[in-house]
Amino acid sequence: MGIVSPGFHGRRSAAAPELPPGQYLTEDFPVLTAGPTPRVPTDAWEFTVVTEAGQRYAWSWADLMALPGQTVTVDLHCVTKWSKLGTTWTGVSLDTLLENVETAADYALVHSYGGYTTNLPVEDLLDGQAWIAFKYEGEDLAPAHGGPARLLVPHLYLWKSAKWVRGIQLLNEDEPGFWESAGYHDYGDPWREQRYQGD
Amino acid sequence: MARLVERRAETPSAQTLVLDVPDWPGHLPGQHVDVRLTAEDGYSTQRSYSIASASDGSRLELTVQRVDDGEVSPYLADVLAVGDPVELRGPVGGWFVWRHTDTAPVTLVAGGSGIVPLMAMVRTRRAAGSKALFRLLYSVRTPQDCIYADELRSRARDDFGLDVAYVYSRQAPQGWPGEPRRLGVADVNTHGWPADFQPACFVCGPTGFVETVADILIALGHEPRRVRTERFGPSGP
Amino acid sequence: MTPFHGPYDDGDYADGNALAGPLREIFAVDLTAASGRCAHCGAEGPVALLRVYAHAPGLVARCPSCTEVVMRLVRGPNSAWLDLRGATSIRIPLGVE
Repeated sequence: MGIVSPGFHGRRSAAAPELPPGQYLTEDFPVLTAGPTPRVPTDAWEFTVVTEAGQRYAWSWADLMALPGQTVTVDLHCVTKWSKLGTTWTGVSLDTLLENVETAADYALVHSYGGYTTNLPVEDLLDGQAWIAFKYEGEDLAPAHGGPARLLVPHLYLWKSAKWVRGIQLLNEDEPGFWESAGYHDYGDPWREQRYQGD
Repeated sequence: MARLVERRAETPSAQTLVLDVPDWPGHLPGQHVDVRLTAEDGYSTQRSYSIASASDGSRLELTVQRVDDGEVSPYLADVLAVGDPVELRGPVGGWFVWRHTDTAPVTLVAGGSGIVPLMAMVRTRRAAGSKALFRLLYSVRTPQDCIYADELRSRARDDFGLDVAYVYSRQAPQGWPGEPRRLGVADVNTHGWPADFQPACFVCGPTGFVETVADILIALGHEPRRVRTERFGPSGP
Repeated sequence: MTPFHGPYDDGDYADGNALAGPLREIFAVDLTAASGRCAHCGAEGPVALLRVYAHAPGLVARCPSCTEVVMRLVRGPNSAWLDLRGATSIRIPLGVE
């Protein structure tokens, strides 16, 4: 720890007991981005799943809207140490999207418009743990926060919840994504504080 | 580690922090320092600030523009007290620097608090007795936003070979010829050195300002390698 | 996947001068004045002119010509990770102050 700056608190509230270790509560919604923000029109938007056998499944925006949606209230934990509690999202569960996909793959590599990628085990996408979310607090999801649609996997650090999601590649071997190949943890469980490789 | 020795108001929103840094190795004008703030519970954050002063022993000056919804600048502007410690790393940066041994003419173009590293060049020029010819073009929103106003006035009078010109983008002073406007080609053409003189050009300010001025300089025939830029933007997560 | 060709908003970025401190922690010489070549489009220029996205888990430096990633730097408590696969080469001036 560095030299304490007398009277400095930062733009955040005090640490709250219900937060994962090392996290601080924030009321606003910081925008983190590793590059330019794509503005993907919904009429050109497409979400694809490609299996380990090369089989491709695709959904247009209209296809996604026709699927049963869910509204969930979840906590967000960013690896840069802010947490935001009680956020409400509407989206389609990955259980629904992957229901008829024929796969035995264990790993997923998520791709975004703009080139971002992140990896996670397929089992973390299932059983009501992950959504393709397109509304935040009842409003269309803004491009700065990943709109028109982002992955939402709130039980892992937020870098796994890829903004501007466009597809999932199902793989037999784990393949590290954008941050996972630059020092960040392969899995990223906030409650076990898995921030960096080796944590 | 540094300690705050003194603070000076430059404008209603900008302050100069005078720091004492034992073992400071000296710096080149245009270099910056990274300031790290740490709360008692270990939370910390970092920002970059340009050095405003010429190299002078263990004394170092930073000028901080207060960003009202910022996390660091309100602390530096309002909370940090004389005698308090400041953790900083530096000097850093080797691109946006002027060396007083360089004799080529120099065009400086500043937007808002982009004046800070350019002021370090102006001060170093005088301190080192350099005879390099300097032209400074300084764009501010209103006369009240002009940082170092008094010093620039006296230097323009006393520092031989330094010319200073202003552009006011929102509100001009009483009796100013012309309307407030954004800096344009004519300003750079009139108040900077012609490309034929092969001047070193330093441009610092907000992103849009820097891009506009750099484009103007290139269009006026300056070689890209002689146009050095530094833009503001986020410097920490 | 094929790249998405836009439109894009540039978003909030700093320039490569902001890399000076974090890189100086790792290297004995300043790297912002070094000249690099983008592995994607071949553009060449000083590290100081890269576009640096800093509101992120690490520093992401992109080519000003093609916006592809040239350099990534992640700083953990005990290690730094530096990824330079987006640069084919970097020429570092030596023997200056």
